[in-house]
Amino acid sequence: MDDTRSRLAFVVLAFGALALWPLAAGSYGLDLVTKIMVYAIFALSLELLVGTTGLVCFGQAAFFGIGAYAAVLMSPADAPASALWLLPLAALAAGLYALAVGALSLRTQGVYFIMVTLAFAQMAYYVVHDTPLGGGTDGIYLMMKPTLLGLDLDAPFVIYGVTLGTLAGVFVLLALIKRSPFGRALAGIKANEQRMRATGFSTYPYKLAAFTLSGALAGVAGFLFAVKDGFVNPELMSWHFSGAVLIMIILGGLGHLRGALVGAFAFALLQEFFKSEAIFGAFAKHWHLGLGLTIIASVALLPRGLVGLPAQWKQRLTGRRSAPAVALVEAGHE
Amino acid sequence: MSDILLRGNDITRRWGGLVAVDRVSIALARGQVHAVIGTNGAGKSTLINILSGEIPPSSGRVELLGQDVTAWPQPKRARAGLGRSYQRTTIYPQFTVLENCRLSAQSRVQQPWAWWRDAQREEQSGSAARDAAARAGLSQVLDRPAGLLSHGQKRQLEIAMCLATAPQVLLLDEPLAGMGAEETDRMLALLAELRAGHAILLVEHDMDAVFRIADRITVMVNGAVIASGGPDAVRNDPEVQAAYLGSHE
Amino acid sequence: MRGRVGKPCPMDLATFLIQCLNALQYGLLLFLVASGLTLIFGIMGVINLAHGSFYMIGAYMAYALAPIVGSTFGGGFFATLFVGLVLSVILGYVLEWVFFSYLYEREHLQQVLMTYGLILVFEELRSLIVGDDVHGVQPPPWLSGTLALGEVMTYPVYRLFISAVCIALALGMYAVLTRTRLGMMIRAGSANREMVQSLGIDISFLYRVVFAAGVAIAVMAGMLAAPVSSVYPGMGNSVLIVCFVVVVIGGIGSIRGALLAAMLIGIVDTFGKVFVPQAAGVGVYLLMALILLWRPQGLFKAA
Repeated sequence: MDDTRSRLAFVVLAFGALALWPLAAGSYGLDLVTKIMVYAIFALSLELLVGTTGLVCFGQAAFFGIGAYAAVLMSPADAPASALWLLPLAALAAGLYALAVGALSLRTQGVYFIMVTLAFAQMAYYVVHDTPLGGGTDGIYLMMKPTLLGLDLDAPFVIYGVTLGTLAGVFVLLALIKRSPFGRALAGIKANEQRMRATGFSTYPYKLAAFTLSGALAGVAGFLFAVKDGFVNPELMSWHFSGAVLIMIILGGLGHLRGALVGAFAFALLQEFFKSEAIFGAFAKHWHLGLGLTIIASVALLPRGLVGLPAQWKQRLTGRRSAPAVALVEAGHE
Repeated sequence: MSDILLRGNDITRRWGGLVAVDRVSIALARGQVHAVIGTNGAGKSTLINILSGEIPPSSGRVELLGQDVTAWPQPKRARAGLGRSYQRTTIYPQFTVLENCRLSAQSRVQQPWAWWRDAQREEQSGSAARDAAARAGLSQVLDRPAGLLSHGQKRQLEIAMCLATAPQVLLLDEPLAGMGAEETDRMLALLAELRAGHAILLVEHDMDAVFRIADRITVMVNGAVIASGGPDAVRNDPEVQAAYLGSHE
Repeated sequence: MRGRVGKPCPMDLATFLIQCLNALQYGLLLFLVASGLTLIFGIMGVINLAHGSFYMIGAYMAYALAPIVGSTFGGGFFATLFVGLVLSVILGYVLEWVFFSYLYEREHLQQVLMTYGLILVFEELRSLIVGDDVHGVQPPPWLSGTLALGEVMTYPVYRLFISAVCIALALGMYAVLTRTRLGMMIRAGSANREMVQSLGIDISFLYRVVFAAGVAIAVMAGMLAAPVSSVYPGMGNSVLIVCFVVVVIGGIGSIRGALLAAMLIGIVDTFGKVFVPQAAGVGVYLLMALILLWRPQGLFKAA
């Protein structure tokens, strides 16, 4: 199908560009795109939950933060750890919290679910913010960065490469999961949970599994963030960050994996834009204003996100009135 | 007398002070279409929801294939062989007709851990889906998004999705709702075909259709059963005539 | 009094009473803010993340308006409250008209994100107009005193005043909702929108009134709270999330539930801070987790 090929082409081009970026970028550009790729992994984890399963979680930052804090707290003080065991451990820690939160939150639905996930994330925030466990508001430094197969993750090129590789791996994993029986069941739950239950699917275990996996993947993103920056603080778990990642996937386009990619880039670039003193001068410190207005505008005007734009334009240009059909099919595939 | 596949014993359901279902007993036998009729508010929907497992009864038992399933949630009953169609079309509008049926069939072979497999190439669910769609007369529209089907086709899809799970008992809630004469004939022919292998409960308002297809009829008024038997017996029952058939078109 | 292991109990009667009064006052304020949130969701089906911002706006109003009201009208505390009330009703009316009325038919996710964007806008507008500093607000002199409790302890009169006002407002809300035609229309509008419209009642106007009332209540709560909680940028967000917990525990749309849940949270939070200071912020969420285990649908069904 022409559609699938153009999507594949887009993804291949995007990863190709990311692979070539270090050749063109200075140290700032390298660091920025590493950060954006971490955001993209974070966004992909949420896309599994919101876009695929229809579970609007407003507390994803907690799992990201737990992965980040685990990286720091579980690193031995005297010698660099191996990421081969530290990364899975961080993901496991995040996944366990996700399992606990999910088990309770999934007993609710709709708006309640949104509020409960937010509240549980806030609980995690308070634990690291107010107790000595997390080093308080000052945060903690990662003194000894881990290594991966002998490579020092402190080096910018190495961490860039590792993040890119992880992003590609997570992308492929989620693409496989989405087309698997499990993924189709999640899509069915989003489309019509009542019918899924009437057919014989116990939907709670499916949702819990998706929630836990999503949390673990967010933990992976958090781990990479901690390794890159060498520093973690409670703001990584703030609900502003949970809101930001939600915006990323909406901005990019809900229901599409590449939407998470596009959205992470778009959001990060928007942030850089509004924060730029070169453009806004002294007003730049009020960058939340521009961001807030953009969020409102994009949710109102871009219902299918940025990846839906080509289709929207095509409809305008060709004047085809098959909008409902396209919308239906678009929503159901990939 | 063929075997009883689904039995409801003395089922009662109260909402606060209101008795929605009042000590109703019903038995569904293989090879029979058992219709439940009654005016609006008679408790038919509540009864079907209790039998399917969506609402618990206040008292009474539900037995499926000889097992007491009163405490079982709906998915568990569905896996044990209980299929259900809804009065308001409950399909996946964004998926194709084939995918609607295939996903339903997948409930028999869920394999959630096989994350590498492509669900749409799975033999088992795929062929079950095609069979079900064919039986329901939807083979021509397998690739159409279900939301774009005509109303009658959507009702057929409701049935097809049930059939894709290979149930033994079918609970059909107003499958003829909103259908014209030709579509009704087609649906009744399908039900007649399905009769042999299944126990079918049919909640319906279309009296002509009911008397054409039903082997047994149960009449409910205000939550209680006022008559139950063969079509002729029910038609001639004075209580039924007084309460229901006389004033009903 | 002696507690475990021969250690002296951390509280004597007077301290216990003080903490009870604190819990009451906090719970009542929380109830006020949460009732606006739950009313707006219960009746219009909109989840509004910016609700906490109204509380923050109220507090900053208390700080910023006081000198203006003092110099222009020569008024004091109550004049400031009144001006704040009028402004908040106007704000709520305009906001509903210009922004929120477009949210009613949208999915929850969209409402969440658009109102989240609104929070950011409000925060920056406040930053531009009033700045980011933390401020204290003085209660009016005649309410600044303390009341004696027992021989040694005293309790601030202003906190009792807050509780009294909250109770009065709560009773007022109850009276309006259950005893007036307006209240009846509101309750009918939440149950069946089309029916109310076909009866010739202007549902858009109704919604605007309800929304303005919800905003006004939250702003009032912020103005009242300013002297005890001080006025700082993040106050809206903190109160919002606790309000969410109130609504989850109490059940969406239920005012009764919101009251009970808010009082429960007031108790857990206040006494939690006394007995386990390190885990203070977490207590409320543990309570929520327990309720979810026991009764996921909340304590009350929707009113």
